[in-house]
Amino acid sequence: MRSIMTSALALAIAAPAFAADLVINFDDLNPAPKAAFEAAVAQFQAENPDINVIVNINDREAHKTAIRNFLTADAPDVTSWYPGNRMAPFTDAGLFQPVDDVWDDNGLRETFAAIEPTMTRDGTTFGVPYTYYQWGIYYRKDIFDKLGLEEFETWDDMLAGCAAMKKVGVTPFTIGTKFLWTAAGVFDYINLRTNGYDVHNGLTAGEIAYTDPRIVQTMENWAQLIEECGFVDNHASMSWQDALAPFSNGDAGMYVMGNFAVAGMKDTGLTEDQIDYMQFPSINSDVARAEEAPADAFFIPTNAKNPEDAKKFLAFVARADVQSTWNAAMGQLPPNSEATVGDDKFLQEGMATLSTAAGLAQFFDRDAPAEMAQAGMQGFQEFMLDTSKMMDILERLDGVQAEVY
Amino acid sequence: MAATDASIGAVPKAPKPSWVKRNKLSIAPWIFLAPALFFFAVYVVIPIFESVYLSLFEWNGLYRADGTSTATFVGLDNYVRLWDDAQFWTSMRNNVAWLILYMLAVPLGLFIALFLNQEVPGMRLYKSLFFFPFVISQVVVGLIFGWFYNPDFGVVGQLWKFAFCEETVNFIGNKTFECARPAPDILSSAEWATYGIIAAGLWPQIAYCMILYLTGLNNVASDQIEAARLDGAKGWKMLWYVVLPQLRPATFIAVVVTVIGALRSFDMIAIMTQGGPFGSTNVLAYYMYEVAISEFGERYGYGSAVAVVLFAIMLVYISYFLWRMYQDEKGAR
Repeated sequence: MRSIMTSALALAIAAPAFAADLVINFDDLNPAPKAAFEAAVAQFQAENPDINVIVNINDREAHKTAIRNFLTADAPDVTSWYPGNRMAPFTDAGLFQPVDDVWDDNGLRETFAAIEPTMTRDGTTFGVPYTYYQWGIYYRKDIFDKLGLEEFETWDDMLAGCAAMKKVGVTPFTIGTKFLWTAAGVFDYINLRTNGYDVHNGLTAGEIAYTDPRIVQTMENWAQLIEECGFVDNHASMSWQDALAPFSNGDAGMYVMGNFAVAGMKDTGLTEDQIDYMQFPSINSDVARAEEAPADAFFIPTNAKNPEDAKKFLAFVARADVQSTWNAAMGQLPPNSEATVGDDKFLQEGMATLSTAAGLAQFFDRDAPAEMAQAGMQGFQEFMLDTSKMMDILERLDGVQAEVY
Repeated sequence: MAATDASIGAVPKAPKPSWVKRNKLSIAPWIFLAPALFFFAVYVVIPIFESVYLSLFEWNGLYRADGTSTATFVGLDNYVRLWDDAQFWTSMRNNVAWLILYMLAVPLGLFIALFLNQEVPGMRLYKSLFFFPFVISQVVVGLIFGWFYNPDFGVVGQLWKFAFCEETVNFIGNKTFECARPAPDILSSAEWATYGIIAAGLWPQIAYCMILYLTGLNNVASDQIEAARLDGAKGWKMLWYVVLPQLRPATFIAVVVTVIGALRSFDMIAIMTQGGPFGSTNVLAYYMYEVAISEFGERYGYGSAVAVVLFAIMLVYISYFLWRMYQDEKGAR
C-alpha cells in the first residue's frame, strides 16, 4: 500500500521548476492518524509554497521492514520512527542526522523537556516527536459504581477492589498476551511503581540484573496481582483486541492499556459513561510516579537529499499550534508542553497524568534492545501462565542480558 | 555428417563449418539449461554460500550511510551460542516431532486413496472434496484451525461450553458462561500447541499423499491383481505383497514431499502461534525468521547460523534422495 499525495494537484502542476522536493515517509494507514498527518502536510505546503512535498504512506509493519533498506538505498528527507532504543541501531550506524540545531533554535529543550531524554543518545538529540499517549488502567465505571468502588490510590485498595469484583463473578483484569507486548505493559507498571523510573531504565539498559532483589520484588508483586486479582483465562491465545470482548461484556472490569484502546472499547458498544481511566495505583509510596508514554517521532536520515527543508518540517512539526490540531485530530497527546489538548476526557486525564509524572518511560520493548525485549516478553508471558517458574525465567533472562549488552 | 565428410574429402569450395555448428549437439542442452541454471545459482546456490559466510558475523542487518556494512567478524561464535541456546533445542525437538508425526500423512493418504479407488456414482466429487484441503493455502488452513481451536468462539470452545458450561447472567446483566472447568486452550499450552499445529498441517498433507496414491493406483497392473487373486491372496496380504510394491514410486514421492513439508513448516506456525507460547512451538525455519527478520530479531548472523544448521540437516536427506535417484537411473540403463 503506497499512496503518493501532493497536497493540491493544481499547486503541484503550478509549482515552479526550481521547487525543492521534500520526501516524507510516514507509517500509519489507520484513518485518523493518516488524515491528521495529511492535514498537517497540507498546512506545511501552504506555508511553504516553494517546497514540493511528496508523501509516501506505508503500513506500520511494512515500514518497519522497509526503513532498514531505504535509509541506505533511497533515503527520504524525513521519516517517522520511534525514539528510545528503537532508534539506537539507526543512530549508532549513523543513519539518522542529529538535529540539535532544530532543538536549540526553536526552544524545544524547554517545551519538550519531559521527552528529551528518550530522544537523546550519547548527548546528541535525534528527531522531533509529534505524538504520544498515556498508559494506565481503563475500567468499567458502571461496574465500579455498582460495587461502590472508587479509583484505586494504593496497591491495597486495588487488592480489596479485586476481591469485591471476584465476589460478584467479575474477573478483575482482561489482557491478551498472544503478541506478548501487553504483558510487558503490566510488568513495566508494577516495576515503575515498585522501584521507580531509574530502575526501569537501569534494567532496560542492562545495568540491573533480572535476579536483582528489586526486580524479584516486582515479580512477586505481579504474582500477588495474578493470585489475588487475576486475569482472564486463555489470555495467551488472545490479541489485545480479542481481550476487549470480556471487558465489553462485563466479565472483566479493568484493562492495563494504552489510550488507543479507548477507540476499540467504544467500537464494542461501550459508551463514554461506562469506561474511565485511572492511574496505576502506587505500590511503594516512596517511589515518585513515572508513566509509560510511547512517542512517535520524525527523523532526518543522513542520506536525505534536502536536509534544509527537512529541518524546516521538523521545526513545523514541533510548533505548539501544529501539535495541538494534529493530536486533536488523531485523538492523542501532544508532546509539546505548550500545546493544548482536545476536550476528550481521556486526553484531559492523560495530559494531567503525564505532565505531572516524574519520568516518562517509552515501553519495555522500546527501551530494551530487540533481543532482550523479545526474550523478556516471552518470559513475562510464561510467568503469567505459571508464576511458579519465576526464578527459572529470571535466571534465563540474566543469561540473555549477559549476551546482549 | 556431410560437413565432416566434406572437410575430409578436401573439396576446396566447401566452407569450414563454424565452431558453433560443429558443437551444436553438445551446446544445445546448455543453452536450454542456462536460464534455469542462472536463476538456480542466483536464488539458491549463491544464497547458501552467503548464509554460511554471514553466519560468521554478528550483524544487525544495517548498512551505514556510506553503504558499508556494520557487521563484525565473530568466527564460530554464533554456533557456540546456538549450542547453549534452549530455544534452539526446543526448535530442534519440535522439528523432530514434525518429521515423525507428519509421516502419518503417508499411510493415512494411502488408506483414503484405497477407499476412494472404487467405482461409485459421483466418485469424482468425493475425490475432489478429499483433495480440497490441499488446494487452499496453508495460511488459510492455519487460520481456520486457529479459530477451530479457539477456547471462546471456536468449535472446541463451543463443544466445551455445551458439555461443561452453564449460561448465566453476569454482574451487569449480560449473558455469560460459567464453566465447571476451563476450556482447553490448545494453542496456548506449551505441551500441546505443537501437536495442534501438526494436526492442522496433516490435513492438507494427507490430501496430497492421497492424490499421489490415487494416480499410482491407476497404474497398478490389473493382470497381476487377478493372478494374485487366483492364487488366493486377499485383504492385507494382497495389499502388502501385490499392491504396495507396485506403488513404490508413489510412496517414494509421498515420503519425499512429506519430509520436505515437515522440515519447511513455517506458514502454519507463523499464522497460528508465532512460535509461542514463549517460543515453545518454534521450529528451525521459524526460529531463523524470528531471530533474523522479525520485528525483534535483527540478528542476521545468528539467524544465518540457524539456517546453516537447517541446511545441514536437509543436506543429509537430500544426499540420500540424490543417491537413490542415481541408483535408479543406473538400474534403468
